[in-house]
Amino acid sequence: MQDLGIRVLFKGKNLVRLLGGLGVTLELSAASIALSIVLGLMLGMVMTLKNPLIRLLCRIHLEIIRIVPQLVLLFLCYFGLAKAFDIQISGETAAVLVFTYWGAGEMGDLVRGALTSIPRHQIESGQALGLTKLQIYRHILIPQTLRRLIPQSINLATRMIKTTSLVMLIGVIEVLKVGQQIIDASRYDSPGAAIWIYAVIFFLYFFICWPISLLARKLEARWQN
Amino acid sequence: MDWTFVQKFTPMYVKAAGLTLRIAAIGIVLSMVVGLLCCIVQSLRIPVLRRIAAIYIELARNTPLLVQLFFLYFGLPKVGIKLNSESCAIIGLTFLGGAYMAEALRSGLEAVELSQREAGACIGLTNLQNLRYVILPQALATAIPALCANVIFLIKETSVFSAVALADLMYVAKDLIGMYYKTDEALMMLVAAYLVLLLPVSLLFSWIERRLRYAGFGDTRTV
Repeated sequence: MQDLGIRVLFKGKNLVRLLGGLGVTLELSAASIALSIVLGLMLGMVMTLKNPLIRLLCRIHLEIIRIVPQLVLLFLCYFGLAKAFDIQISGETAAVLVFTYWGAGEMGDLVRGALTSIPRHQIESGQALGLTKLQIYRHILIPQTLRRLIPQSINLATRMIKTTSLVMLIGVIEVLKVGQQIIDASRYDSPGAAIWIYAVIFFLYFFICWPISLLARKLEARWQN
Repeated sequence: MDWTFVQKFTPMYVKAAGLTLRIAAIGIVLSMVVGLLCCIVQSLRIPVLRRIAAIYIELARNTPLLVQLFFLYFGLPKVGIKLNSESCAIIGLTFLGGAYMAEALRSGLEAVELSQREAGACIGLTNLQNLRYVILPQALATAIPALCANVIFLIKETSVFSAVALADLMYVAKDLIGMYYKTDEALMMLVAAYLVLLLPVSLLFSWIERRLRYAGFGDTRTV
């Protein structure tokens, strides 16, 4: 019976397990996002330098991140590193490494974009008013940069949360994998469980990412001018 | 590096790349159609459809493709809807991509100021002329970078289709690693395949974006 499928969710510890899996997802996301922001801020500043060699390297790095799918990066890190250097890293470590590498690259580009998007006349107006360099940064450049940067980086954070769903493919037990285990375990007593479990996971992701997206949009609208 | 191995399995990768490309192409075209429909429905403010489009866009943009695919591939058969992996992949990609395309198109249209429309009407352009000569050129110039980014994003997203048993590039690579332990070769060919697929697209899009920058006007000098 289809309509019994939802009961699987409340059987035993299934719901707790599912939420535990969600916890793993969120932990991985939080760690990667935090590291990405720190590294991305530094990378973004480096990317605004005029040195041609640095520019070329940054450009190549960004192009790689833009082109190679995150899942391929995960495979490279998880299977490739183990083979090449004979080190065993857990799926979790590989995930944080890859998402930080990717997130920092994307974040760096956002920082670069925000830093270089401020019209020159803003600085010139500041100078005309007799502001010192420090004052120009404090009152003109940094506030405007942040207003462009913060909504975009919040969007990047939701993208990173969504991308963590890939880690189940390298064997990390997160929410999707737990869902699969629950479905497999109840294959005989409730064969219709799959649709319910996956629907629940769908909405779990939705109710985590949606408020964050709304926040980004609100901030963007408020800071537009 | 075992080059005979590479040589032997290159045709497998080429075939998988063809499949990836075909599904990506179909998915992207359908995404554009869905995106355009949503955008039209929203900008014409058609009462009920407009709400549905808004809900769809939020749902698709805030959930991972992998979860959407699992729902389609493992969930739906439980209520009697059986889809093979290829149609799952195409439906999933369209579901995800349609929302992203709709957003890109909408932001393009919104970027055209009302004064432009009014100015067009003032000099006696008909609605169609106004759309053709004033609104669309500006809206597209704004939307195209986002549309291009979406195309690359969608091609990259195809990498998860191996999870619903579609024999794409990831699937082949995983297979080779599992069967022959030729991890280095399999991974190298995997990266090479994605570079061959995506580098030309990416370069083409950067070129288009550079060309379109002339569409902006006013003081565009920056820090």
